[in-house]
Amino acid sequence: MSAMPRVVAINTFREAVRDRVLYNLVVFALLMIGAAILVGQISIGIERLVIVNLGLSAISIFGLVMAVFIGVGLVYKEIEKRTLYTLFSKPIRRWEFLVGKYAGLVLTLVINTVLMTIGLAAALLYIGRSFARADVSILIAVYFILLSLALVTAIALFFSCFSSPLLSTLFTLGIYVTGIFAADIRGFGALTSSAFLKGATSVVYYLVPNFRNFNSIAAAAHGESIPFSLVWQNTAYALIYIVLLLIASSAVFSRRNLK
Amino acid sequence: MTTPGQKRSLWLAAIGVPLLLASAFALQTRIDASTRTEARIRQELLLSSPAAIKKLSLGYDSLLADIYWTRAVQYYGGQLAAQRFQLPLLWPLLDITTTLDPKLVPAYHFGAIFLSEPLAGANRPDLAVQLVQRGVAANPTVWSLDGDLGFLYYWHFRDYQNAAAAYLAGSQTERAPAWMKIMAARLQQKNGSIQTSRMIWSQIYASNTNENIRQLALQNLRGLRAQEDEQAIDGLAEKYRQQFGRFPASTRELRDTGFIRGIPVDPAGYPYVLEPAGNTSLDPRSPVIIPKEPRTPPPPVK
Amino acid sequence: MPAIEILGLTKDYAVGFWRKRMRRSLDNLSLEVNEGEIFGFLGPNGAGKTTCMKLLMGLIFPTAGTARILGRPIDDVAMHRDIGYLPEQPYFYDYLTARELLDYYARFSGFSAAERRARVTRVLERVGLASAADVQLRKFSKGMLQRAGIAQAIIHDPRIVFLDEPMSGLDPIGRREVRDIILDLKTQGRTVFFSTHILSDAEMLCDRVAVLHLGKLRGVGSPGKIVSVEVHAMEILFEPAEGHSLPPGLAQRAMPVGGRYRLELPEAALYSAFDEIRACNARILSVSPVRQTLEDYFLGLVERAPQATPPVEAGTR
Ligand SMILES: Nc1ncnc2c1ncn2[C@@H]1O[C@H](COP(=O)(O)OP(=O)(O)O)[C@@H](O)[C@H]1O
Ligand SMILES: [Mg+2]
Repeated sequence: MSAMPRVVAINTFREAVRDRVLYNLVVFALLMIGAAILVGQISIGIERLVIVNLGLSAISIFGLVMAVFIGVGLVYKEIEKRTLYTLFSKPIRRWEFLVGKYAGLVLTLVINTVLMTIGLAAALLYIGRSFARADVSILIAVYFILLSLALVTAIALFFSCFSSPLLSTLFTLGIYVTGIFAADIRGFGALTSSAFLKGATSVVYYLVPNFRNFNSIAAAAHGESIPFSLVWQNTAYALIYIVLLLIASSAVFSRRNLK
Repeated sequence: MTTPGQKRSLWLAAIGVPLLLASAFALQTRIDASTRTEARIRQELLLSSPAAIKKLSLGYDSLLADIYWTRAVQYYGGQLAAQRFQLPLLWPLLDITTTLDPKLVPAYHFGAIFLSEPLAGANRPDLAVQLVQRGVAANPTVWSLDGDLGFLYYWHFRDYQNAAAAYLAGSQTERAPAWMKIMAARLQQKNGSIQTSRMIWSQIYASNTNENIRQLALQNLRGLRAQEDEQAIDGLAEKYRQQFGRFPASTRELRDTGFIRGIPVDPAGYPYVLEPAGNTSLDPRSPVIIPKEPRTPPPPVK
Repeated sequence: MPAIEILGLTKDYAVGFWRKRMRRSLDNLSLEVNEGEIFGFLGPNGAGKTTCMKLLMGLIFPTAGTARILGRPIDDVAMHRDIGYLPEQPYFYDYLTARELLDYYARFSGFSAAERRARVTRVLERVGLASAADVQLRKFSKGMLQRAGIAQAIIHDPRIVFLDEPMSGLDPIGRREVRDIILDLKTQGRTVFFSTHILSDAEMLCDRVAVLHLGKLRGVGSPGKIVSVEVHAMEILFEPAEGHSLPPGLAQRAMPVGGRYRLELPEAALYSAFDEIRACNARILSVSPVRQTLEDYFLGLVERAPQATPPVEAGTR
């Protein structure tokens, strides 16, 4: 990354840390400890399943909450508080600022996720398992969760460029949910006899980022292997949408009169 | 006011954005291909039982039911289109759908037909009966579900007693059509005729809007008509033998001797074939399928 | 080459929540500021000073017109290496300390870590924040924020410094310190472009001033020439002797102010008034010239130029 975005990114990360965002890790740790102890008490055979399901779901949900709620304020807050006045008097372009803010939050999410994954690994060790080859799919599932979080962050950032946090939250979650059910929406369309609806739902399917692509929690929990082709396909897929959203964000933001 | 730099980025965006969108499209199709829907649905089903899904749906169970219902129909259509006649996930999908929303009547209809259907379905009439019984219990005023139950007992098990009971129960609900009572009476006399079958399939055809169900009903109705035709031609051939001392060699002979007016054709337009032993059959090229008698013995159902 | 060249800058704002109308906040402003001078940008509240500064910084975009800074167009971000800007009522990341904030801003100028450390310490000293260097900005007072704002505007030794109301929120000592900084910058050959609505600041510092009113330029030149600060009256403050009342002639003209009296009169009548006051044994506390305030000056401007009245309606959108 070139110099300007990196400076902004590091500061964004610092803001998150000082705002005690990483405290969510404590909650996650408690959750994992509780689950490990409980699961250890009751059942035999599905400990791993429960821990992996719970852990990955929590990683995904905690990350989603962070990505959305910090993401929608990324740009908006700086406009509202007028902290951008002094920043833009420095030799930094507006898109560099956006990329920096984006990278900063993604960095925060990556660190947060890595720490949570370590917690999950510790819980798995506690319930008495050594790691096996099949556990690679857990790491891939975590990677896919990160991809989806990076994508959600880009969506939130985009809305943050022109609308209030409340609306941005609604829009972002709206797109996320649409993205999860994109295949079903197309399914509904295919059941109708209207050619227009068929077409429209197909357009939605291919236009909205398809978040179900990134869900491998069940596969990881059951120790199924995830094909390597899916790894690069998902990576490329997420990157394309992220680039598109950053382009759109900077197109909107570069023309905007600051308050 | 545009500077050269702005113009350049505008051009880049004009070319780059459609390019990126196109590659997203291409990738999505590849991802879709690599994770087949069946594998994906199976994966999701591994997650939980219908009851668990209902608990986890946070009160949005009827919405979720609609989604699972869509998936069931999509799954069926997809398997059929791919010429895969194994439908292992149809039961779980319908099970989840109707557990989430027990009032989703179309799902019961669909299950009644396609869980039981041996060729174009899951060939599990037992599960179909189980599903529809649940439907009847949850929707006591919907006579068409009693009809489905009667159909299943009659068509797949030749269980006249239970079939008649089902039609009778249905005929007693408010706004039930008159034919249900007639059907019940017919079946009480163990009168399993082609005519009865045609009546049932006609009702199925008329009362369903689902395209798959209507297609199957139409196909069975054609098959039943062909069966009726064959029986009639068999009868004429027998009369011919009584008169001429041998079976006719073809339907043409029957026509030339005045037993029939023209060359009889099946519902698909192919002439019937008269075999030397005097029995009639369909032209091998004809797509018409005559329904088989059920081989399964009546199950012990309450 | 002038340091700043403003060519017909115009800015319309959409106002109104329901039906948006356009209001012109800056109207066809053209201006040149030379390198090395302290230039005062004068005008009452709402004149359009801040609007003009924001346009120059690229924070908002002009409806019409352009401007050049150091010969470069204002949308050329690289030019920002050579300028510093103090916004009106600055606000910063309040989770940072003053030192961290300045270090953050210095990074954009590409200084090495050692260089940044030296500069931050120096500039904190200069704006009088050395003792608060490691305090989080959320604990800063308004005046301290203003000082931090000035610090970030000059940390990279810019050739031009834009200061939007740099004295506001400061106590008298602070004001003098800021004045010293501005004069210092001038001795280093920098250009200072600052806005104010306080006449004395401009009078004391500026080589030249421009006067803005309701978005329109009213004049440019040396402060004495443009804002001719005439003394048009004198003011005497006096206290009557114990037990004495004022003679009716004096009591009619003087205004009682907490047991004292204030008398405003033309300069020519000063000495005869002294005689009257002495005659009734009152004690003179002070004699001072009554200066025209900037508001008076602008009132005069409006009266003298009745053709250019209230906000220009630039039509509806
Ligand atoms: N964002 C804005 N939207 C609408 N009107 C604005 C906005 N900013 C400033 N104005 C108007 O523009 C005029 C000039 O404001 P400003 O430049 O802040 O004046 P000054 O800095 O000289 O006090 C004022 O009438 C103000 O109400
Ligand atoms: Mg102002």
